[in-house]
Amino acid sequence: MTIGLFHYLTVAAILFTIGVLGIFVNRKNVIVILMSIELILLAVNINLVSFSVYLHDVVGQIYALFVLTVAAAEAAIGLAILVTFFRNRGDIAVDDASVMRG
Amino acid sequence: MVLQVIAFCLLAITTVVAALMVISARNPVHSVLFLITTFFSTAGLFVLLGAEFLAMILVVVYVGAVAVLFLFVVMMLDVDFVALRQGFARYLPIGGIVAGVLTVEMFIVAGSVVSGGATALSRGSLYHPGSAGSVTNAEAIGRVLYTDYVYFFQAAGVVLLIAMIGAIVLTLKHREGVKRQDIGAQVGRTTAKGMRLVNIKSGEGIDA
Repeated sequence: MTIGLFHYLTVAAILFTIGVLGIFVNRKNVIVILMSIELILLAVNINLVSFSVYLHDVVGQIYALFVLTVAAAEAAIGLAILVTFFRNRGDIAVDDASVMRG
Repeated sequence: MVLQVIAFCLLAITTVVAALMVISARNPVHSVLFLITTFFSTAGLFVLLGAEFLAMILVVVYVGAVAVLFLFVVMMLDVDFVALRQGFARYLPIGGIVAGVLTVEMFIVAGSVVSGGATALSRGSLYHPGSAGSVTNAEAIGRVLYTDYVYFFQAAGVVLLIAMIGAIVLTLKHREGVKRQDIGAQVGRTTAKGMRLVNIKSGEGIDA
């Protein structure tokens, strides 16, 4: 048995699914939802890198680098919004965030 | 080759189990720690694939910055996390259905890609323009990133800059009544403004 592209795609698919499942089951907890989004982006990165290696094209890895950048920016902004929200409400329940006005 | 299979199985299982623990742990601090485990084992998978540069970037950026940021926020917020877990069991069935459908779909796609769509897929040296010999992974990335994709690279920098400014603007808070040094006022102070001569008659005090 050798490890091929299919195995890496399988790991990425499972990781992506776990991320989606995390958004479903932790519907109230914004922090875990943000972590689930990170898992989803990580799964996308695994796909990009494995296709990059098996297609002999380095551009996939460069795209993964950009995905990484966007993920880092998204985490920073998301957590900043979370901290501001907590300061205003004293809680981080998503259900309270149904209106935009503070 | 056997060692590679063993390493892949170990890393893949660690990744999946740690990811499952991220979404099911009771304590969010544990979630973040399992997230770090996931990132580390994924970096191992990248090394196994031959993408060492991206693996190291993953460790530096995700573990060193993003996960620590999460850890800070989780520990800083004083929230009742048990109350936030309500509805975990309620949403599990529908979430499980969606996740199952998604997994089956992606398995079918991955299987068809590997078996039919791209039979020519095989591991090998990466595409590297303008070079005869083989180059390292970091050099291959650098050659493409700083030539063909230099504008995208700079756009990524702008994205990070805007994210930084946005995070600062969102969380900056001006407190009232905090004493701060005002250098302009200090330098602009003259004898005439800073001193006042008062003639005090004997038997009377000063009423400022």
